[in-house]
Amino acid sequence: MSELELLGGSSSPGNRGGGNGRENGDVSNGSGSVKGSGNGNGSGLGSGGRGHHRGRRPKLSSNADSGWLEEIHRRYLSRQRRTSAAVLSVQLLLLAAFLGLWEAAGRLRWVDPLLFSYPTKIANLLASSSLDGSLWPHVGVTVAETASGFLLGTLVGTALAALLWWFPFLARVCDPYLVVFNSLPKVALGPIFIVALGQGFLSILAVTLTMTVIVTTIGIYNRFRDMEPGLVKVVRLLGGSRWQLFRLVILPGSFPVIISTLKVNVGLAWVGVIVGEFLVAKEGLGYLIIYGFQVFNFTLVLSTLVVIAAAATLMYQGVALMEKRLVSGGREN
Amino acid sequence: MAANEKLMLELRSVSHVYVGRQGASLAVEDMSLMVARGEFISLVGPSGCGKTTVLSLLAGLFPPASGQILMGGRPVEKPSAKVGYMLQQDCLLPWRTIRDNAALGLQIGGVSTAQAHAAAERLLEEVGLAGTGTRYPGELSGGMRQRVALARTLAPNPEVLLLDEPFSALDMHIKMQLEDLVQATLRKLGKTAVLVTHDLAEAAAMSDRVLVLGRDPGHIRTELQVPEELRVLPPTEARKHPAFQAVFDALWEEMGADEKDGGNSA
Repeated sequence: MSELELLGGSSSPGNRGGGNGRENGDVSNGSGSVKGSGNGNGSGLGSGGRGHHRGRRPKLSSNADSGWLEEIHRRYLSRQRRTSAAVLSVQLLLLAAFLGLWEAAGRLRWVDPLLFSYPTKIANLLASSSLDGSLWPHVGVTVAETASGFLLGTLVGTALAALLWWFPFLARVCDPYLVVFNSLPKVALGPIFIVALGQGFLSILAVTLTMTVIVTTIGIYNRFRDMEPGLVKVVRLLGGSRWQLFRLVILPGSFPVIISTLKVNVGLAWVGVIVGEFLVAKEGLGYLIIYGFQVFNFTLVLSTLVVIAAAATLMYQGVALMEKRLVSGGREN
Repeated sequence: MAANEKLMLELRSVSHVYVGRQGASLAVEDMSLMVARGEFISLVGPSGCGKTTVLSLLAGLFPPASGQILMGGRPVEKPSAKVGYMLQQDCLLPWRTIRDNAALGLQIGGVSTAQAHAAAERLLEEVGLAGTGTRYPGELSGGMRQRVALARTLAPNPEVLLLDEPFSALDMHIKMQLEDLVQATLRKLGKTAVLVTHDLAEAAAMSDRVLVLGRDPGHIRTELQVPEELRVLPPTEARKHPAFQAVFDALWEEMGADEKDGGNSA
């Protein structure tokens, strides 16, 4: 891969140099040799390099067979790379412009800095609170709640889906209730959890689970039910039991869906946990936001948002990485 | 008694009805059929003649509405390892290696992993896929995948093979290769086989006996014995034999007659 990139990397200027070299004759010796080394990563470097000394004709014709496909590929790669570079620079530019504008707006009082704060103020607060260690317990609590929320939510949802798949009668009975419960705004149940489970971890987890479990159950049950009939038939024809069918086809065949549900649940769990912390917590990032709001410290609110964005992104990327590892193995279809 | 020993499959006036919301429809009516041990028979006929229904009944996927289905003198009640079934699609599990796919039936039957793997490798070699065991179905061509499906079907050592148009999705060339392979393998192992196909030439080239089915509802119209000199040849050779055309024409005529019948009755 790196070799390919290297090859493409030296090629885009090299190509042009080589082209010029042919037309301009001896003048562009230097650029001609650049092309030679660029080719070297591919195949016929030796002959190409030597050909350069003698005269252009033989090199041109010998390269014409093997070289032009490579050249098209190289041009393709460099075009791709240029697009990616352009996208990245525009992204960075946008971010810089946003931060700069915000900073200017805050410092020059275009907007009320008490309400909107500004980036350096937020960065200072983050630096001091992470250095004196006051930030980390909040991050730890919230991340733990979120992680247990989406893992447990996916696990329980999958288990319920398996139950529905195993008992089709149960699935038909439960169907309308699932639909109603799924459309209910579950956050509204928060007060009940607080009274029933106390002000703490359990209540927050309960809020998170109500948000993740039902969606997970419905999504994964649909996948279980819609498994390719041919694969199911094969196992039945080989005399497999219902349990074997589940273990050999239904569950492994649904694995990609389960993992992608896990990804969706990361987002839902963050919502559940932050809302849960709004309602009950004495620590955690949601608590910091509510606290910052109550003492009118919006720098604290915004800096906590930054931390949440960072943590949520990291968690999502972690699950995405896991998905790549687990699902890529042999799935060529 | 000797006749019973030779009898492998038997349908005794079997009828089958499909029930749905719209009503119940008769798919197969009063069908009787006997297949000897080691015999290769084909079922041909227009769509809707109940070919696949008969195969599913033989496999024990569902019980007939009336009548009896016997295998080796015992009623067929549910799918078992004694009956192998090859589908039109290979239906390999994409997340399992070729070897694990071939070993699926053995694994379901409770054979230990090491033994199942050894048997699977042996069969893969037999179907011409030595050395592919650790690859995945997605890396194989359609013909190779169907070979894996054959190995998977043969692995539990079934006495009867039910072939549900297993070659119809393949290119002509691959299809004829596989016809030879399947016939040779089944003959060598002395298996009984029932092939369902749309392809009259395939039926004539592969089987000992061809049953032409009629539709609405499915019934056996006629039965055609393939001459000895064709039966002993592998399918690719049989297709070139002078006697082949006569068999094919006879089947063609029967199919045409059915269409006319269908037109009259409708």
